[in-house]
Amino acid sequence: MSLVEELPAPELPASPLSSKRGRLRRSQSIGAAAIGVAIAAVAFVLTPLQGRADLVLVAWLFGTAAYLVAAGRVEGRRSLVDRLAGVFMVTAVAVCLIALGSVLIYTIVRGAKALRPDFFTHSMKGVGPRDTSGGAYHAIIGTLEEVLLASVISVPAGLLVAIYLTEYGTGVLARAISTMVDVMVGIPSVIAGLFIYAFWVLALHQGFSGFAAALALSILMLPIVVRSAEEMIKLVPSSLREASYALGIARWRTLLRVVLPTASAGITTGVMLAVARVTGETAPLLLTSFGFDSTRTNPFSGPEESLPLFVFRQASSAFDTAIDRAWAAALTLIVVVVLLTVAARLLTIRNQLKP
Amino acid sequence: MSSDILASTVAVREASMKRIEAVDVSAWYRKHKAIEGVTITLEPKHVTALIGPSGCGKSTFLRTLNRMHEVVPGARATGQVTLDGEDIYASAVDPVAVRRAIGMVFQRPNPFPSMSIGDNVAAGIKLNGRHDKAAMKDIVERSLKLAGLWDEVSDRLDRPGGSLSGGQQQRLCIARAIAVEPAVLLMDEPCSALDPMSTLRIEDLISELKDRYTIVIVTHNMQQAARVSETTAFFNLDAAGEPGRMVEVGPTTKIFTKPDDERTEAYITGRFG
Repeated sequence: MSLVEELPAPELPASPLSSKRGRLRRSQSIGAAAIGVAIAAVAFVLTPLQGRADLVLVAWLFGTAAYLVAAGRVEGRRSLVDRLAGVFMVTAVAVCLIALGSVLIYTIVRGAKALRPDFFTHSMKGVGPRDTSGGAYHAIIGTLEEVLLASVISVPAGLLVAIYLTEYGTGVLARAISTMVDVMVGIPSVIAGLFIYAFWVLALHQGFSGFAAALALSILMLPIVVRSAEEMIKLVPSSLREASYALGIARWRTLLRVVLPTASAGITTGVMLAVARVTGETAPLLLTSFGFDSTRTNPFSGPEESLPLFVFRQASSAFDTAIDRAWAAALTLIVVVVLLTVAARLLTIRNQLKP
Repeated sequence: MSSDILASTVAVREASMKRIEAVDVSAWYRKHKAIEGVTITLEPKHVTALIGPSGCGKSTFLRTLNRMHEVVPGARATGQVTLDGEDIYASAVDPVAVRRAIGMVFQRPNPFPSMSIGDNVAAGIKLNGRHDKAAMKDIVERSLKLAGLWDEVSDRLDRPGGSLSGGQQQRLCIARAIAVEPAVLLMDEPCSALDPMSTLRIEDLISELKDRYTIVIVTHNMQQAARVSETTAFFNLDAAGEPGRMVEVGPTTKIFTKPDDERTEAYITGRFG
């Protein structure tokens, strides 16, 4: 008999890594939640409680509570807090997705039902509110004209302001501009419309036009473009600027050929956000382009239709045919914004190097 | 020594014969004085190493040599720096032209992310307004060969510079710097972000490039200074917050074996720093 065998087997301490507590199995958590939901359902059958939304809320509360109690009993307090945070996160995501999804799905369902091929090829010229014909051709043209004009005005101006603020501006002027931009972000869109109405349409006797609408929209776009471009330019590391200066490249060329290309993807995203924001604006258009039933190819004279105005005017009608047209136009508006965003995204991807 | 260099078989370009003389150079970052009264002559076709503890102002001094110092807001410098007798701080001198003649390689590789490997090398020339396509191809190839990177990237010049490894990126930055044919190459701790193999590669490259350029290298690594340089300048600062001064300059072998100043000896032997 050797010495080693005589020694008693040492009692191993419980490993600090393995918890003495058990693990809640997936089936158990589902079961606990189901019990909670069932209690809620029974409560709605047996007591005077009623209402579908109320049922969902109470079922969620009971189900979550039962699940957390089970987790707490099996795994302890730390796990309970962890799972509680998890439940809140999942619920928050679900609420957001449900809100977004229901808007999208409802618009698609109602819009698709009302869409006919001639919706994209006909205007509302000579179409009565109860006619099933008529389309948004003129509104699509108007929206594209106005958003394009607004972008032509605000994107270069916004980029220049952002460049001034990041690369050149110091002192009082830069701070004043920066504050103004912050103030402009908060301008309600109807105020931008009112300003152009009072200044351009009335005081300068220019009348309603697509261009007036573009002016109002560019007031709304400008601060968004400035802020996003400024942030993106600030993100370009100073080591790249230094590398460029050290090659004997002048400051303005460094800006145009090194800094802006590096920031281009982010700047495009910012511009697209601004475009998407103003494409759906209605209030400023009421005061500046007013609305019109037939196609206007020259945006510089006379009232013009656009998609948000079309939706607004058709939706205020009492007739189902007009309401249907409003849904179809709403769907078209969403599609136009998505197409613009995808196009801009593809352009930036194409201009970028393949890794 | 200089006759040996002249006799070397490598074709000598006029531009590469330029000597930098710095006289009584001081530099500030706003109110903080970073270096004081540095006087040194940087010989052509020679590698000069600037060594010293952190914060002694060796990088700042390097940046005053091609007017990169003043790029930092609030930074200024006094004293005189001449390139072949011409004062680079004279009011008629364009700092952009100075930087074209005196190139720089930075501590961290910084290729332009929006450009391909080829465009990175050509950037200095293209963005200075020259657009001769055929010549550009030659310049890109020659610069990459000089930087010892051609064999590794010749088949993927259109890929982004960021796709290379750290050591390759640094050699790309060296190729980019020498593509504009500067007379002088300033290197600000070019190997401190690299692994030992890449460091060795860059050091070999420096030895090859010194036939063509005046090279000034800032390094934390004393072995590196001993390996690559002919002349070494030791910078030091008396206390934190005090401006850095140049303590001693001399042939590298002398600085590392019997320096005149005891502070140099203390630093070399590892007693501080």
